[in-house]
Amino acid sequence: MAQMTIVKALNEALRDSMDSDPKVLVMGEDVGKLGGVFRVTDGLQKDFGEDRVIDTPLAESGIVGTAVGLALRGYRPVVEIQFDGFVFPAYDQIVTQLAKMHARSLGKVKLPVVVRIPFAGGIGAVEHHSESPEALFAHVAGLKCVSPSNPADAYWMLRQAIAGDDPVIFFEPKRRYWDKGEVHKDGVPQDLHRARVAREGTDLTLAAYGPMVKVCLEAAEAAAGEGRSLEVVDLRTLSPVDFDTLQKSVEKTRRLVVVHEAPVFLGTGAEIAARITERCFYHLEAPVLRVGGFHAPYPPSRLEEEYLPGLDRVLDSVDRALAF
Amino acid sequence: MPFARLYPQWVTFLLRVAGRDTCHRPERPRTHPVRQPGPGEPNRSPEDPGGRNDGGVDVTVDSSAVAPSAPGGVPTSGDEPQLVQLLTPEGERVEHPEYSIDLTPEELRGLYRDMVLTRRFDAEATSLQRQGELGLWASLLGQEAAQIGSGRALRNDDYVFPTYREHGVAWCRGVDPLNLLGMFRGVNHGGWDPNSNNFHLYTIVIGSQTLHATGYAMGVAKDGADSAVIAYFGDGASSQGDVAEAFTFSAVYNAPVVFFCQNNQWAISEPTEKQSRVPIYQRAAGFGFPGVRVDGNDVLAVLAVTRAALEHARSGNGPMLVEAFTYRMAPHTTSDDSTRYRADSELADWEKKDPIARLAAHLTRAGHADDDFFAAVEAESDQLAKRVREGVRQMPDPDTMAIFENVYADGHALVDEERAQFAEYLASFVEGH
Repeated sequence: MAQMTIVKALNEALRDSMDSDPKVLVMGEDVGKLGGVFRVTDGLQKDFGEDRVIDTPLAESGIVGTAVGLALRGYRPVVEIQFDGFVFPAYDQIVTQLAKMHARSLGKVKLPVVVRIPFAGGIGAVEHHSESPEALFAHVAGLKCVSPSNPADAYWMLRQAIAGDDPVIFFEPKRRYWDKGEVHKDGVPQDLHRARVAREGTDLTLAAYGPMVKVCLEAAEAAAGEGRSLEVVDLRTLSPVDFDTLQKSVEKTRRLVVVHEAPVFLGTGAEIAARITERCFYHLEAPVLRVGGFHAPYPPSRLEEEYLPGLDRVLDSVDRALAF
Repeated sequence: MPFARLYPQWVTFLLRVAGRDTCHRPERPRTHPVRQPGPGEPNRSPEDPGGRNDGGVDVTVDSSAVAPSAPGGVPTSGDEPQLVQLLTPEGERVEHPEYSIDLTPEELRGLYRDMVLTRRFDAEATSLQRQGELGLWASLLGQEAAQIGSGRALRNDDYVFPTYREHGVAWCRGVDPLNLLGMFRGVNHGGWDPNSNNFHLYTIVIGSQTLHATGYAMGVAKDGADSAVIAYFGDGASSQGDVAEAFTFSAVYNAPVVFFCQNNQWAISEPTEKQSRVPIYQRAAGFGFPGVRVDGNDVLAVLAVTRAALEHARSGNGPMLVEAFTYRMAPHTTSDDSTRYRADSELADWEKKDPIARLAAHLTRAGHADDDFFAAVEAESDQLAKRVREGVRQMPDPDTMAIFENVYADGHALVDEERAQFAEYLASFVEGH
């Protein structure tokens, strides 16, 4: 058991995965000597060599496309996309090749490739460094999408993603990179594709993932001061979504607010609202509400505090849901 | 008449009083202050959010920098290079200073047989499309030498990443022609086991497979193996970013991969001049590896050049680009109408360079084959066509539930749920309805 940041937990997950399986490779821009711009791969090249921790040319499609080829040769590449907004040159390879090749081969080839993407905002960055494109990937059959919210999940979910035989898009909440938490390496990890009730409550369920889990926990704390009991579900996995856990929660609380940084329109929350409405129609006291980004490009950083769902906007939606 | 339609303004008023947005909301200070409008900025209200104003985000100032000068003149491409050729269109054996080949009569006859069988299979597939047995077919007519020559240069442990037109290479790898037809009939998207013949699935997105080949070759090098990888692509694909990235990655990692470009002159309706201002093989130089242009209708030259390129790769010298200069005699696919964009005279010119006719001429002239041989190959090709025809017609449609198979290797809750729902839906129909 140890206290560590999400960055350190991810680093340990990569290290332990590489230790336990010689076929695991790390590749991406600046992942070698520099250790990645967020230092997630710090020290790995020194310990595992340039053959397994590969500084790539600056070409995202090339990174993912060659990872596909390496996977076909029997390797398990873990690729780093430096920032969310830079994944799009690789989108073609991810969607048309990585996601579909297993089905195309009628199951004869496997593509155990993990694409790590530091995503979402809140760090005062320039354009393309703060985006939340997860719905664009969760929409694609053949990909799995997950997003940890804390160091323990960061460690175990990355290890599980690497150990699995499917391509996984791994969304890392970059503004929580330096949050600390307990990591139990000798524990039994939760299933990768299960949600977790992060805080129990009775009046309303807040569902979130990645960076927004912390905001929702704070909102639940604030609401408790006003005599309201909010349950917080950390979704953890976006493809598949663990609707069973969410359904159980909503059947108890009868109200659901989904929170994410990504634009609300056709976002993860839209799918969750539709499915939970279908599953829990007779339990719901209010429509499922969503809090998220607007249908506008991610704003310049001086405006991101207003753009991002914070405590006030989450509580505002809680108020609206409870007012029905 | 409903109340709401008689008194809509009252409904609005009552709703507002009931106050979904304002009622029951506890007074709560915001955790961070609202940004106050600066000097000159309008005060915002919910009724006037002011979205059309720039809101102070435009802080651009006029530049005092000197404007750049106008770009210079446009370079022009050099003379068309000489092709590597070992067999003239008339079937005359010629020598080349860098590339040579010495084949036994049996090997020469083998190449002839490969090309004839491939062409016959290809023609049969076109017919099967016309008969409605296939949804589409991409003919390789005219490119037999490029594919058989390069395919026969490979070792068993080498690995092939094809486009969707490499029927001749598939033949060389021992992939049964029937397996190629599944995707064109619409029963699967390929489906053969790439590892049983080291022949990857057909890739339809243009150029993507060059990166897979590069990654695979990087893996070969990591494994310390001396195999080589060959990536097929076309003149159109040479414009793709993925191809440029494959050149870059393979060069910097010194990956043992041969990029085999069949320049068949046409990317559907666009001639090669719309793809490149320099001969395609010259692109390699900019990436730091050799490129060579070979007569793609000369099976001997293609074989010799590809062998050398594969040897170059497997000896640790990194990638090499081979441009096989050839011609797509058929339309792009059975859905294409090539009369809309190219002249008959062009086809007639290339007809004279036919790869099979020139090898036949050489075999005859050298006394390596007689009429019996040619007749036997012809008869064998008819047998192959018959087998393919019958095989396609017997190819069953897949089971409906195959939609849900192999989406994931380790399973996925949503796929399971939708599979169960769809099965239930199908089962809900009364027999025969």
